[in-house]
Amino acid sequence: MKPKPRINIIMWGFMGSRLTSSTRCMSTSTKALSRFGWWDRVSPAAKDPITGVTEAFLADTNPHKINLGVGAYRDDEGKPVVLQCVRNAEAKIAGCDFMESNATAVGSKLVEESAKLAYGKDANVVKEGAFAGLQALSGTGACRLFAEFQRRFHPESPIYFPDPTWSNHPNIWRDAQVPVRTFQYYHPVSKGLNFAALMDDIKNAPDASFFLLHPCAHNPTGVDPTVEQWREISYQFKEKSHFPFFDVAYQGFASGDLDMDAQAIRIFLEDGHLIGCAQSFAKNMGLYGHRVGCLSVLCADAKQAVAVKSQLQQIARAMYSNPPIHGLLLVSTILSDPETKALWVKEVKVMANRIQQMRSTLRESLEKLASPLNWEHITNQVGMFCFSGLTADQVDRLVREFHIYLTRDGRMSMAGVTTSNVSYLANAIHEVTRYNREASNVC
Amino acid sequence: MRQQFTSLEAHGFESPTTESAFSSSSSISSSSSASDRRLKALARHFVDSSPVPAAVMDSHSQNPNDTVSPSPTSSAFHADSVFAHLVRAPEDPILGVTVAYNKDPSPIKLNLGVGAYRTEEGKPLVLNVVRQAEQQLVNDRSRVKEYLPIVGLAEYNKLSAKLILGADSPAIQENRVTTVQCLSGTGSLRVGGEFLARHYHQLTIYIPLPTWGNHPKIFTLAGLSVKTYRYYDPATRGLDFQGLLEDLGSAPSGAIVLLHACAHNPTGVDPTIQQWEQIRQLMRSKALLPFFDSAYQGFASGSLDADAQPVRMFVGDGGECLVAQSYAKNMGLYGERVGALSIVCKSADVASRVESQLKLVIRPMYSSPPIHGASIVAAILKDRNLYTEWTIELKAMADRIISMRQQLFDALRARGTPGDWSHIIKQIGMFTFTGLNSEQVAFMTREYHIYMTSDGRISMAGLSSRTVPHLADAIHAAVTSFA
Repeated sequence: MKPKPRINIIMWGFMGSRLTSSTRCMSTSTKALSRFGWWDRVSPAAKDPITGVTEAFLADTNPHKINLGVGAYRDDEGKPVVLQCVRNAEAKIAGCDFMESNATAVGSKLVEESAKLAYGKDANVVKEGAFAGLQALSGTGACRLFAEFQRRFHPESPIYFPDPTWSNHPNIWRDAQVPVRTFQYYHPVSKGLNFAALMDDIKNAPDASFFLLHPCAHNPTGVDPTVEQWREISYQFKEKSHFPFFDVAYQGFASGDLDMDAQAIRIFLEDGHLIGCAQSFAKNMGLYGHRVGCLSVLCADAKQAVAVKSQLQQIARAMYSNPPIHGLLLVSTILSDPETKALWVKEVKVMANRIQQMRSTLRESLEKLASPLNWEHITNQVGMFCFSGLTADQVDRLVREFHIYLTRDGRMSMAGVTTSNVSYLANAIHEVTRYNREASNVC
Repeated sequence: MRQQFTSLEAHGFESPTTESAFSSSSSISSSSSASDRRLKALARHFVDSSPVPAAVMDSHSQNPNDTVSPSPTSSAFHADSVFAHLVRAPEDPILGVTVAYNKDPSPIKLNLGVGAYRTEEGKPLVLNVVRQAEQQLVNDRSRVKEYLPIVGLAEYNKLSAKLILGADSPAIQENRVTTVQCLSGTGSLRVGGEFLARHYHQLTIYIPLPTWGNHPKIFTLAGLSVKTYRYYDPATRGLDFQGLLEDLGSAPSGAIVLLHACAHNPTGVDPTIQQWEQIRQLMRSKALLPFFDSAYQGFASGSLDADAQPVRMFVGDGGECLVAQSYAKNMGLYGERVGALSIVCKSADVASRVESQLKLVIRPMYSSPPIHGASIVAAILKDRNLYTEWTIELKAMADRIISMRQQLFDALRARGTPGDWSHIIKQIGMFTFTGLNSEQVAFMTREYHIYMTSDGRISMAGLSSRTVPHLADAIHAAVTSFA
């Protein structure tokens, strides 16, 4: 049994024993119970830094408000989008006679299609079935399953995250009781990749360490290694026998091309690594609320894959049993029907293009305003997020004075930018940065 | 008395690391192939050996020369899996029954394993109200698929609390209840367990003997230590009430106690209302914390209110408790994973703080719950017509099960099967704890292709008027062959 933090155990023990002696003669009236509340000592938890932003945004009544917080796609009217391929799939499956015996089949289909998506449909690992795959509760759920699995079978091993990484990553592995470490990644001055430091940290980590990698559209920085850099990273991983775990949340969102966005994964595959992979369909299929994802762990052979999968299923069974069938049905319907899948591929490109467009427009607007700062990183960075380089104070000003909401690390979700709000946004950013010389040096 | 659950190790819960497993994993660091080594040997001739940190040095990678590296297509490197030492986990005993059933080629077979409702025709049932609600959702083009808040769909949470606690519950009116949407009963139990392990002072949970096989695993993984209290009496095939009172009476003050709100799984044996009152008094006098698992509200007696009575009794005395709800059975939403965890607190302020801490448990588990199932439930619960229709469909399911109980009892009596089979009609809910032993069960599977868990539990939902005779024959044969 894993040890859990025990808060105020001595205090509680004392209060508990006092209660026992004094309740022996108590009647069961409510008065007797009112003195003692089990949760009186529970302190209010801090708000989640990301979802907290949306909450604040929703509460704001200002007409110019912009939400650049959570990484959920918006169209050019700032509205959430249900993809047409999703509506088509939904019409197909609505009210259909769903047999429970199909649940396994649906799950298997989803896993099969997800693996093809990540590894390439002709990949050997897919053909030979040499991987353990399990449907999961989107990216978070897939990561948590893997973290619990890692803890169970490599109880001493920590996980290495890039610095920075998605704010929920450390929570996930910590709740699975896995120690957390970081490796250098983002270079605050160049606002790009600190490749030399990254390679050093990979080399200096103990052999056979577990690493989490973002294969494309790094969250929160939008900074990705080049193909050549990925090859070097892969080589160094071989040298060190490290375990590569990919968190694939934005496949399709980086370049608009699903295969191109999976290149890092494919390089590692070619190099013979037995990787792990958490896939999410929240963003690229717009299925945020349905919680659909997939966890896969590559194995030496199909037999080992059976063993690994059985262990993963055990972990899932004690947590929530299975992910919801509706989302699984949607995804497997879309991916296994060639027409619907082709439509999906087009729609992903449209979303990625719009974001790239907004990046260009925002950068141009800032340059036209004669901003003293360098805004190249807006178009150099990739995917949904721009790591703007704004300080926490500057972010606070954007929120307070301009009703523009983003996380305090300066991460902006470009999906929240539209042709109608981009000028307002540029002006606001310019306002809070024009007099601050330090802003150009600070991360 | 047969244990409902064997040791956790038997379920593969502990991570077994066998000798054979380690020998294969030790090959991780020496996994370079021949061509790899040749290339490295070649590289050493070309470049001055630059100092390499001792930590990185090992027998085969002396000189990481960046200009000469194995081509990615040379297939020189094949990592051994870092999970090579794993052994295969045993099948979940309940789901394993369906797996075995599916494999059986016999044209006459019966699946009495998983507690999922089946119609007279042996088919799964999608309720009419669910179809209607789903159609409504699909047709509403203004609906989006954005992330739900961490605590889930607000409307759904409120309606769920009302359903189990009663619309006029003072706890609700006083804002003392926090309800979070979770993934069916399993998810609600797990989130509740994790919350307790973090914030409660007594990390022991008492579960009835026997109980659903997944209970001990859920709570253990959540960080609680699991003990049992006597519940089922194999002699009477009813409640061991004395044993229950003794065991709860000797539990340490403040311990958590898991209670099945109605239709106990796997036995179908529930306390009477008078017995519930005694349990309540005992628990409150010892400050034991009730954690209700409500998986069958409406399914047991056919009445949603009657089935919620035990929970409402406890909440009615002003004390605190946890309740895990599931819509898997009573709305037939098994696959959609719809449930809720409610924590009834002393005050609104405490409830609000508790909710904020529940979010910290949920976010690193799966971020936020799924939207589809909860939307269906909310649509049904808030619409007067749909709600009424639902209660009718629910009663029909409950009635069919009660009818199957009666038919099976009559069939066994007609055959003169030795033994007292009245427990079949006394027990309630989806399951009957037949009292058959594992030998008899194995016989029934072998000879009659009847699939059930080895503890003798049968799912009445899997029966129909057509198949009752077959089951009665099988039981008769098993009982007379193996006394």
